[in-house]
Amino acid sequence: MQKEEIIEKINSFLIEEFEIEESQLVPEADLKQALGIDSLDFVDLIVIIEKNFGFKVKGEEMIDVRNLQDFYDYIIARVNK
Amino acid sequence: MNNRVVITGIGVYSCIGKNLDEVKNSLYNGVSGVGFDPIRKEFGYRSALTGVIERPDLKGKLDRRLRIGLAQQGEFAYMSTIEALQNAKIDQDWLDAHEVGILFGNDSSAEPTIKSMDIVREKRDTALLGSGFIFQSMNSTVTMNLSVIFKLKGINFTLSGACASGSHAIGMGYVMIKHGLQNQIICGGAQEVNAFAMGSFDALSAFSVRESDPTKASRPFDRDRDGLIPSGGAATVILENYETAVKRGAPILGELIGYGFSSNGEHISQSSVDGLNRSIDMALKDANIKPEVIDYINAHATSTVHGDMNEALAIDRVFGLSRPPVSSTKSMTGHECWMAGASEVVYSMLMMKNSFIAPNINFENPDEFSAKLNIADKTLDRNIDVFLSNSFGFGGTNSSLIIKKIK
Repeated sequence: MQKEEIIEKINSFLIEEFEIEESQLVPEADLKQALGIDSLDFVDLIVIIEKNFGFKVKGEEMIDVRNLQDFYDYIIARVNK
Repeated sequence: MNNRVVITGIGVYSCIGKNLDEVKNSLYNGVSGVGFDPIRKEFGYRSALTGVIERPDLKGKLDRRLRIGLAQQGEFAYMSTIEALQNAKIDQDWLDAHEVGILFGNDSSAEPTIKSMDIVREKRDTALLGSGFIFQSMNSTVTMNLSVIFKLKGINFTLSGACASGSHAIGMGYVMIKHGLQNQIICGGAQEVNAFAMGSFDALSAFSVRESDPTKASRPFDRDRDGLIPSGGAATVILENYETAVKRGAPILGELIGYGFSSNGEHISQSSVDGLNRSIDMALKDANIKPEVIDYINAHATSTVHGDMNEALAIDRVFGLSRPPVSSTKSMTGHECWMAGASEVVYSMLMMKNSFIAPNINFENPDEFSAKLNIADKTLDRNIDVFLSNSFGFGGTNSSLIIKKIK
């Protein structure tokens, strides 16, 4: 899967499922502070990632994921592993 | 302390209407909300009859985090509570500044419980359930979600008392306000309507199998009844200290003057005349009124032979001389179970406000017990000053509420 395609998929579920405004989806946006994704939302993210990319996230793998760019990078790395 | 307890707001979302106006019209015109659910047949139900109710679309009304924990009955309860708060003239600013409580009757949340375990069985990983199921699955799902949505700061719990849950929730709210523990409580009852919730009840052969004629299937007190119809939705009744209500200029729709309750101490599924009478008598005593003061009785009668018989005997024992009109609105709605005690208060409040008695539809021929009652088989245009609403449930739990018009 191409990098652009992955980013588009991520943006799409953040807009559709998490009801985040498209204009907020800038790479430096902090997931918690700027996008309002709290600890319960992370639980839902795991389900959505599995549905969209077919792998299961382990909580500890997400520790260093702070902003949207980190999140893109993490998913891209896992998909291309 | 003995505060007067008044009703300042009501709201409803049911199979006979999605708001008070629609429900009032259905009640007046004797419209049934019962239909056939093909999914239940696929599941192997003996009876696929149910109250038919549309799930509200809350997208755009509530943000994702507030929606995600709501089970079906919680969505219904959100709708009925929004309506009740509006007609009680209570806005979010008031809720933010005062200690307003919430007490709802609810006694199951089968759909999310079963669906979540289906996912676990398939995926073998609980991490793939997401965050919503836990808040949807617990019995307290309605109060835990609505208290967060409306940012409530008072008493907050769910009451489970089988098919008397909604009535007991109102009764418990009444006790708290009467004794000065709270000034305002959002009370009500909620009931899920889906094929996951009623299989075990269907197993008891308690449901009508008149599938060829769904709107005729619920026939409380009628000689030819063959069982109840499960149904649901939600109803909200806002209780308030009379002084608080007057001070803030609230609309006062009625006064709750009596709450009676009892336990039969007998059979798990069958009612008892003695138990019902103790509940009714306690409510009359609490209200300090004689039986002849009651203008209308909203019966619990679900359309089962044994339950209807015992209630007819209990009503006749107390009201045999005054013989007030009796109807079971379950003839139209089916049995709204955990919600019924609250919705039937709302239905009776609508009748009291609009001066009519809703018909016990499908009452064509009495049996020897119902023949003793003054059953309204047609709509009666009549003033109601005081009414009694009965609710009874499995385990022999009984609840009776008496409400009077404020003049």
